[in-house]
Amino acid sequence: MVQGRIYPALFTMEKTSVLSLNNLSKRFGSVLANDAINLTLKQGEVLALLGENGAGKTTLMNMLFGHYVPDSGSIDVADETGKMHPLTLGHPQAALDAGIGMVHQHFTLAENLSSLDNILLGSESLFSWRHKRKKARKKITAIMQRTGLSAPLDEKIGQLSVGERQRVEILKALYHDAKILVLDEPTAVLTPNEADTLFENIAAMTREGLSVIFISHKLHEVLAFSQRIVVLRHGKLVGEIITADANERKIAQMMVGADTPATPRQAMPPGAPVLDLKSLTIKGENTRNSLYDADLCIHSHEIVGIAGVSGNGQSALARVISGLITPNSGSISMNGEKLTRFTPPAMLKAGVGRIPEDRHHDGIIGAMSVSENLIIERLSDSDVQTYGFLKQHNIATHAKELCAAYDVRGPGIESAVRLLSGGNIQKLILARVFESSPHLILANQPTRGLDLGAAGEVARRLLEARRDGAGILLISEDLDEVLALADRVFVIHNGHLTIAHNKDRTTIGLMMAGEKAC
Amino acid sequence: MDILNILISDSFWAASLRIATPLIFGVLGALICERSGVLNLGIEGIFVAGAMAGWMAVWFGAGLWGGLLVAASVGALFGLLHAVLTVPLGLSQHVSGLGITMLATSVSYFAYRTALPNLSSPPRIEPFQPLDIPIISDIPFIGAVLSQQTAMTWLALFLVLLVWWVLERTPLGLAIRAVGDNPDAVDAQGLSVYALRIGAVMAGSALMALGGAFLTMSAFDSFFFGMVNGRGWIAIALVIFASWRPGKALLGALLFGAFDAFQVRLQTEVGAFVPSQIFLMAPYVLSIIALVIVARRAEYPRALLKPWFKGQR
Repeated sequence: MVQGRIYPALFTMEKTSVLSLNNLSKRFGSVLANDAINLTLKQGEVLALLGENGAGKTTLMNMLFGHYVPDSGSIDVADETGKMHPLTLGHPQAALDAGIGMVHQHFTLAENLSSLDNILLGSESLFSWRHKRKKARKKITAIMQRTGLSAPLDEKIGQLSVGERQRVEILKALYHDAKILVLDEPTAVLTPNEADTLFENIAAMTREGLSVIFISHKLHEVLAFSQRIVVLRHGKLVGEIITADANERKIAQMMVGADTPATPRQAMPPGAPVLDLKSLTIKGENTRNSLYDADLCIHSHEIVGIAGVSGNGQSALARVISGLITPNSGSISMNGEKLTRFTPPAMLKAGVGRIPEDRHHDGIIGAMSVSENLIIERLSDSDVQTYGFLKQHNIATHAKELCAAYDVRGPGIESAVRLLSGGNIQKLILARVFESSPHLILANQPTRGLDLGAAGEVARRLLEARRDGAGILLISEDLDEVLALADRVFVIHNGHLTIAHNKDRTTIGLMMAGEKAC
Repeated sequence: MDILNILISDSFWAASLRIATPLIFGVLGALICERSGVLNLGIEGIFVAGAMAGWMAVWFGAGLWGGLLVAASVGALFGLLHAVLTVPLGLSQHVSGLGITMLATSVSYFAYRTALPNLSSPPRIEPFQPLDIPIISDIPFIGAVLSQQTAMTWLALFLVLLVWWVLERTPLGLAIRAVGDNPDAVDAQGLSVYALRIGAVMAGSALMALGGAFLTMSAFDSFFFGMVNGRGWIAIALVIFASWRPGKALLGALLFGAFDAFQVRLQTEVGAFVPSQIFLMAPYVLSIIALVIVARRAEYPRALLKPWFKGQR
């Protein structure tokens, strides 16, 4: 059965622009998430938007789809005849009408409805007496035949695999006549086979005249499936290259950037082992939460950095050291003693200080006061309580001292912690951790979302702790930070820890993307 | 045995259907609200308000159908209040709902006392009369059961069909089911989460008020305090029993109605040696047992009780 092409008018014009982003900027607080980005998309093209986490890829696409309003700049979209029109910013409906479809990392599907119903949702006038299901099914079947996307239409979403759900999302966009499709990290949740199928489908769609932007940080798929690569770094567009001219080394270099001057740091011989993991295995429900056969030894006076793209097992490593989960096999020793109990209090007692990844969620209790949050890890200490009664005076004095020493600024020690800024919350957590002089400090994404000043403060405190004899495990997605602070660097990928023998950023960049070290 | 005689008598089944009618309205109303993701514990108070407003409108000369319209409007207004508090403002649905129940109950009693002071006995209206439909009343047994029912019972049965059709067969119902499962999905398609939820809660509350109106305009002919007597809460439990489906909601309401009609009849049979409180308790105990059996597999609308705010993902 021969179906008409989706956009015959567009298809006859080779390589005209369908989308142009002009000087788009967006600032969140003190962070410039996107800095004057210019980008054009050609008709029928697969454009890869590449960058590390936090480089501003998702922000840029959210502005395109109207979820965020840009601070400055404009967006033009081509209509059916190829003429460019400015897009109304900040309205998803305007983006939908202009033919922009977006598939988010977190799917927007109702699980209690069938695929067909999810695709139909919002496509009909609400107040009609019945669905036009037959017509819709015909149109969807036609799209499926042309693109090779297949999904069971009558099953409920709750019963479908992640790959099938993603195809339903794409079908939904195509059903709404999208001519520009944005895929936000489409392969992050897919198995390798599902990912291959997806890229075959994308190739079929572009042959039909569709233009695709896909966001990724995986070098090999970008090289294999895109025609052009645009690299974002710290909110700036730092490079653009035709895929045919690119190789892994070149784009890895673009992605992680040129060397930046390192933070001043004294050389220091490592001391005795503090934390020793031996063939530690954690079997999580998926690879994101698993760790396989990890060997890692951290000495005092040493910072060990774990580089890697998030979701490769970092959280499993952090959770086991925080005492939140028990490993399936392998051993953990602290200061030469093998641990048998894996609970948060046992870990605290063994001398672990924790700077959690999500400081708002795991680091503080937002509704409680600054002074209460500062004593939360040592409620049984005698200077905090006697016979179960809190020593209010001691707690207040203690809070004042710590806030002064660590420069925690806010409305006061009796005010709720959630009123503090992100940087001040992090300083409060640092104060709580360093006060107990831990032997090991677990610093999980310690500078994420902080401005430069606060991030510098965190780095300075970590180096101070290293000088004073602590061992530090620094888990970070920011390769610059790892390289600047760490004495030794490990790369984590798919739950496997590999040591990086030299601190060469391109090699590490490749290892982070899952390539074997050169 | 006499119990068997009870079960095959048409008066028993007619009574079951009559007792079930306010519950059918209530369950349907609660079901619509919850399908959109909002629990409406204002139901008990909205029943009282519907009973009072419908009855009073008739007393002041509005006519029976005009009375129903007034009752439904009053219910929708209380629904609007609950929806504004819980949907755009995102307040606790439990607290708001219980508040609505207390408010609606008190306001109804207050309005009754203010409008009709110095009463010795409750004034009566001419209520809905049993509807004799020629062809249906000729059917053996079923005809005898149905011809004892008023127009409101027929309305309730029709609403079961209507609600089912709207939820399962129309784009509006699709959007309501989606908004109760994943509001982000609705938002991503350019539909308004707030408008859908506010509309659903108002429509559901209007039905609850009709359930109350049945008590004063069909089952009885006057309004007195405490007459709703927990029917709203039973409806909330029956929604879970019904797994949020209109057809099963009808079944649940009928089951409860049958328990209640049966205990009244059983009292006259064996009441001499079993305390009457046991019989009064029986329908509730049986409802709890039925709930335990059915509700363990219940699949709640996933977004039920969860406030959603635009622009927060």
